[in-house]
Amino acid sequence: MFDYSMAEIGNIVVMQAFSGLSLFSVLLLMALGLAIIFGQMGVINMAHGEFMAIGAYTTVFLSRVAETYGIVNYYFLFAIVAAFIVAFIIGYIVEFALIRHLYKRPLDTLLATWGLSLVMQQIFRSTFGAKEVSAVLPEWLMGSFQPTPDIDIPINGVFVLVLAAVVTLGVFLFMFRSRWGLRVRATVQNRVMAGAVGINTKKVDRVTFALGCGIAGVAGAAFTTIASTGPTTGSLYIVDSFMVVVFGGAASVLGTIASAFGIAQAQSILQFFMTSSMGKVATLMVIVGILMMRPEGLFASKVRK
Amino acid sequence: MNETLSKILGGKQGAIGLGILAALILVLLPLGLDPFRLGLVGKYLTYAFVAVSLVLLWGNGGILSLGQGIFFGLGGYAMAMFLKLEASDPVSTAIQSTPGIPDFMDWNQLTALPWFWEPFKSLPLTILAILIVPTLFAFLIGYAMFKRRVGGVYFAIITQAIALILSILIIGQQGYTGGVNGITDLKTLLGWDIRTDSAKYVLYYVNAALLIGCILLSRYVLSSKFGMLLLAMRDKEERVRFSGYDVSNFKIFIFCLSAMISAIGGAMFTLQVGFMSPTFIGIVPSIEMVIFAAVGGRMSLIGAVYGTLLVNAGKTMFSETYPELWLFLMGGLFIAVVMFFPNGLAGIYDKYAKKVPFLRKLSEESPKARKAETVLVETKEAGVKA
Repeated sequence: MFDYSMAEIGNIVVMQAFSGLSLFSVLLLMALGLAIIFGQMGVINMAHGEFMAIGAYTTVFLSRVAETYGIVNYYFLFAIVAAFIVAFIIGYIVEFALIRHLYKRPLDTLLATWGLSLVMQQIFRSTFGAKEVSAVLPEWLMGSFQPTPDIDIPINGVFVLVLAAVVTLGVFLFMFRSRWGLRVRATVQNRVMAGAVGINTKKVDRVTFALGCGIAGVAGAAFTTIASTGPTTGSLYIVDSFMVVVFGGAASVLGTIASAFGIAQAQSILQFFMTSSMGKVATLMVIVGILMMRPEGLFASKVRK
Repeated sequence: MNETLSKILGGKQGAIGLGILAALILVLLPLGLDPFRLGLVGKYLTYAFVAVSLVLLWGNGGILSLGQGIFFGLGGYAMAMFLKLEASDPVSTAIQSTPGIPDFMDWNQLTALPWFWEPFKSLPLTILAILIVPTLFAFLIGYAMFKRRVGGVYFAIITQAIALILSILIIGQQGYTGGVNGITDLKTLLGWDIRTDSAKYVLYYVNAALLIGCILLSRYVLSSKFGMLLLAMRDKEERVRFSGYDVSNFKIFIFCLSAMISAIGGAMFTLQVGFMSPTFIGIVPSIEMVIFAAVGGRMSLIGAVYGTLLVNAGKTMFSETYPELWLFLMGGLFIAVVMFFPNGLAGIYDKYAKKVPFLRKLSEESPKARKAETVLVETKEAGVKA
C-alpha cells in the first residue's frame, strides 16, 4: 500500500468505496428481507439467496423477451416489479407449504430452508443451465461518468444505490406508516394480544415472509446490473447477509443499514489492499469478534427476553 | 451386569443395538464388500463421528452447530500435516528448489518450513494436536458465546460464519495450507505404506473401533447426571439456571467434547482417504453432517451411524447414475426429515418396534425407547412458550 502517491490512494479509496456502495446496495436489499422475516418470526431463511436468484433470473428472462421485441431500453423498471412479484408469490407459497409448520422449531427451519435452497438451485440449473447468464442491459445503465480524470464511477452502480434507497424508504414507510406495518409490529410485540384484538396473525406472518422474499427478488434484479447470475449466485451472498442482519441487531432498520454499509465498505476497501480472500476473512473475523463481545448487535432492540 | 457397564451399554436394548451395529461394521461389511467399496464405507464412518458428536450437541444439548466441519477439518489437517512432512523428506523432494519442505510450499516460493508446521514432525505431538487444538478452539468459541447467553439461531449462524472464514483462509493461504487442493500425496505413516489394501483393512478396523469407543463414551456421558442436565437444559434452560446450575459451563463442555469426537473422525478420514482439503470444512459439508444425524435420529447415537451410512450410500449411488436428481433428493430429505420424521430412523424404529412382539418385549424393558417420544412432545411445548 506504500507504492502509491497520496493522490492515487485518494482516488483508489474513492473508487473502491464506490464499488463498496454497489455491494452495500445488494447486501442491504438482501438483508432487509431477511431482517423483516427474522425480526417478525424468529425464522432464518437459508433459501433467501435463492429468492434473490429468482429475481435475477426473472430479470434475465424478461431481458431476453425484451430483446426479441426490441424494447431493451424500457423493460428494466418493469423487470424490477416483476422480480418482486414472482419472488413474492413463491415466498407466499413456501410459507404456506413449509414455514408455517415450523415456527415452533427455529433450528429445524434452518435445516428445512437449507433443503429448499438445494432444491431451488437444482431447479435453476435444470431450467437455465449451469452456466452463468447475464441480462441485456438498457443503454442508459451502461457507461460511467468521471467527476475528475482519475475517478471513474459506473452508472449501474449509481442506479443500484438509488434503487436500494427507494426500497429501504418503502420498507420504512410500510413498517412504520401503514396499517399493515402496524399489524406486523403488533404481532412482533405480542402475538397473543395481537390475535385477541382481531389481527389475523397467520396472515400477517405469510405476507411478511412473502414481502421479505419479494425484496430479495428486487435485490436479484439489482444484482443483474452489476454481475452475471448462476445457480449458486444466491448462496455466495447468504452468509454475508446473515452477518449484516445479526451484526445490525435484528428488527432494526437503521442497524441493518449501518451494518450493511460497514461490512460492504470494509470488504471492498480491504480487498484492494490485501488479497480478495484475505479482505473477506478479515472483515468476517472482525464481525464475529465484535458479535462475541456484543451478541445483541450494533443496534439492539430494547425488548427484554 | 454391573452398573457402570450397563450405563455405558445403555441397558439390554442398548447393548443389543450396539452389538448389531458392531456386527455390521466389523464383520458383515468387511466380508461382503470389495476393498474399494469398503474404503467408501470407511470414509462414511469417519463422517459418523461428526454425526455422533451432533447427537450429543444438538439432539441432547439443543445446540445446533453448523460448523462441525471446522473440527473435522482441524483434526484432518493436523493428521495430513504430519503425513505430508513424512512424505516430503529431503531425498524424495530433491528436485525442489528447497528440498525437505512440502511440494506446495515450494511451488509458492516458500524457502523454509513455517513455525506452526514444526510440531507436526513428531507423531505424539500430532496426536496431541488432533485432540487438543479443535477442543481448545471449541472452548474459545463456546466460552465467548455461551457465557454471554448466545444460543439458538445466533449460535448456528456464527458457527457457520466461522466455518466459512476458516475455509476461505485455508484456500487463500496456499503456501501454508496447500490451498484449494488441500494436502495431497500422503504415503506413509511412520514408514508404513497406508495405500495398500492390507493397510486399508487395518485402518478400517481402527476407525470402526474408535467409532464404537466414541459411542460408548457418549453413552456414558449421556447416562450420567450430566446427561440428564443436558436434556433439562435443552427443554427448560431457565429452570435449570434458576436451580443454581451454571448452564454455560455444561454447554461449553458438550461443545468441546463434540469438537474432539469430530476431530478424531477428521484424522481418521485423512488416514483412510489419503488427503485433506478445504471442501470438508466449509458451510456445505458442515450442514450435510447435520442431516446425517437428523436422518438417523437426533437423539440416537447408533441411529446417527446408520443415518450417515444411508445418506452417503444414497449420495454415491445417485451421483453416479443421476447427478441432477441427487440435489433434489438431498433437499427433499432435509425438508421431509424435519417436517415428518423429527426423530429420524430411530423414531420410526421406536414407533413400529412395538408392533413386533419380540422387539416390544425389548423396548418395554428399556426406558430409553420411551424417552425419544416424550422428548419430542416436550420440545414442542417448549417451542410454544419460547
